[in-house]
Amino acid sequence: MISPVRTELTVTDNVPFGQPVSGPAGIYRFYALTLERPAWKSWRPGQFIMLRPVQDSEGTTWARPLSICRVTSQSLVLFFRVIGTGSDRLSRLKSGDKVIVWGPLGTSFDMRPDTPTLLLARGVGIAPFAGYADMHPAPASLFMLFGHGLPSNNYPTDAMAARMEMENMRDRTPEELEHFHSVVREKMLEYKDHGGMCLACGPMPFLKRVWECALELDLPTQLSLEERMACGTGACLGCTTVTSKHWPDPVRAGLPVQTCTSGPVFWASDIDLHAVLPEERSL
Amino acid sequence: MDLRVSLVDGRLELKNPVLSAAGTFGSGLEYRPYGDITQLGGIITNGLTLRPCAGAPMPRVAETPSGMLSAVGTQNDGAEHFVKNVLPELPWQDVPVIPNLNATNVDDFSALASVLAGARGVAALEVNLSCRNDHRSGQLFCQNPVTAARAVNAVKRAAGSKPVIAKLSPQIMDIVEVAKAVEAAGADIISCMGTVQGMAVDVVTRRPMLGSVIGGLSGLAVKPLALHCVWQIARVVQVPVIGVGGVCSARDVLEFMLAGAHAVAVGTANFSDPDTIFRIIRELPVLCEQLGIDDLQAFRGSLKT
Repeated sequence: MISPVRTELTVTDNVPFGQPVSGPAGIYRFYALTLERPAWKSWRPGQFIMLRPVQDSEGTTWARPLSICRVTSQSLVLFFRVIGTGSDRLSRLKSGDKVIVWGPLGTSFDMRPDTPTLLLARGVGIAPFAGYADMHPAPASLFMLFGHGLPSNNYPTDAMAARMEMENMRDRTPEELEHFHSVVREKMLEYKDHGGMCLACGPMPFLKRVWECALELDLPTQLSLEERMACGTGACLGCTTVTSKHWPDPVRAGLPVQTCTSGPVFWASDIDLHAVLPEERSL
Repeated sequence: MDLRVSLVDGRLELKNPVLSAAGTFGSGLEYRPYGDITQLGGIITNGLTLRPCAGAPMPRVAETPSGMLSAVGTQNDGAEHFVKNVLPELPWQDVPVIPNLNATNVDDFSALASVLAGARGVAALEVNLSCRNDHRSGQLFCQNPVTAARAVNAVKRAAGSKPVIAKLSPQIMDIVEVAKAVEAAGADIISCMGTVQGMAVDVVTRRPMLGSVIGGLSGLAVKPLALHCVWQIARVVQVPVIGVGGVCSARDVLEFMLAGAHAVAVGTANFSDPDTIFRIIRELPVLCEQLGIDDLQAFRGSLKT
């Protein structure tokens, strides 16, 4: 386990990605936020950070959890969508502003150079796969299927397409979304037949579908769960998921564990998303 | 400057008046990467129950203006697990460790107190009187002076020489009456306050923000309520009071002490930034010096009204 550190960092860039798009919950805006590189000893793709502006507005209580998109020699890059007041505040950060960051937090994606690896991303869930492709020693063994309801230029796909094979699928209707899910299942079946594995990141309803396929097909699959988090330290017990009978520590099988410290990346067979996400929340 | 606080005839000695509040600092171990937890005045742990408890449905937390709502449902692995697996990992020789007790009937409070009070490394016990009483159709223990006193008395009898802290909720008709009742029942310290019930809803999904629909409001938003409770109680009881509710800064610590608190517990602000409690402890002596406060004992309760 990599021990997290809390540091104050300077914003070096914060650029909108694509055009603002109108959606059911308002106007969607996407940003790539670049910070100076923190003095971390190491980090792994799939891990995340908690971030808040030093000069935060008084009404804001929580920092925000963000997947680590990419770490270069100079910088830490994050990619996020504005969905509420907290992320809106982050979208207004500009070069020179100070932020408080604690991380790297949580578990990371498995990396097996000799195993065909299917990356399944949906929406902003694409973020951690940029760093994953960067660090993977054999990117030729990677293939990404990327589903999105909004135009693809809202997402940092170009840099990733340069590093690995990928397919974009946009859906505008419930039928098209269903088609995307059927392609997801076909791909997973293909990887099962070729002794591969699968990694998935995106919204919870999407992850639940992937989880169901993973169990049905018995394909080794990791999911990066998305839950509301207050602290990122394991203290608030707000982001728990429920383990399955296969959880490595039998004493904790069938019990809640924190997504921020035992996750966010879990093996599909280790968790029970039916217990966490009943049908009515999956819609 | 001397920040030490000696409570209950020296049976609970704090390095400084800043503790962690129940449910906001884990067991304390969660915050080790972010600071030296032995520098705290005390660690009040997450809520414990007699038997393991899976907790409330998701989502359990929601951010609200200047605060948050939570409905965790006392998820924990049970008191035995705490004593066997967590306590030995905590630096209890160097910082008072105070488990927070939750139960739905007086017998369970008593049994829980026996398990915890007998453990080496437990400095005191905090009784959460915001628990729902199964035998009173889910009424909070502290909603009634009689049930509040019974719960405190049950814990006190099982606690041996360990000090007992009674934690009150503001969700009651007359907090002063309940404070007097728990003092008479043997509470050595009163902590106040727990969260205030509230809710938040989402007009897009048309669902409540919490799986349990209602939850406890905490954070900066509730500080004036907490200050009021502390001020009311500190004037009428002889036992010391720990102020809890919206403490985010060294200035907040002094505000609660001015209103009569002997110590404070930092809660939701621990989530906002894991450095918060360590920063408050660093800043407290500096602020005291700036304000010309050289004796916290003399400063306490010196509010001019």
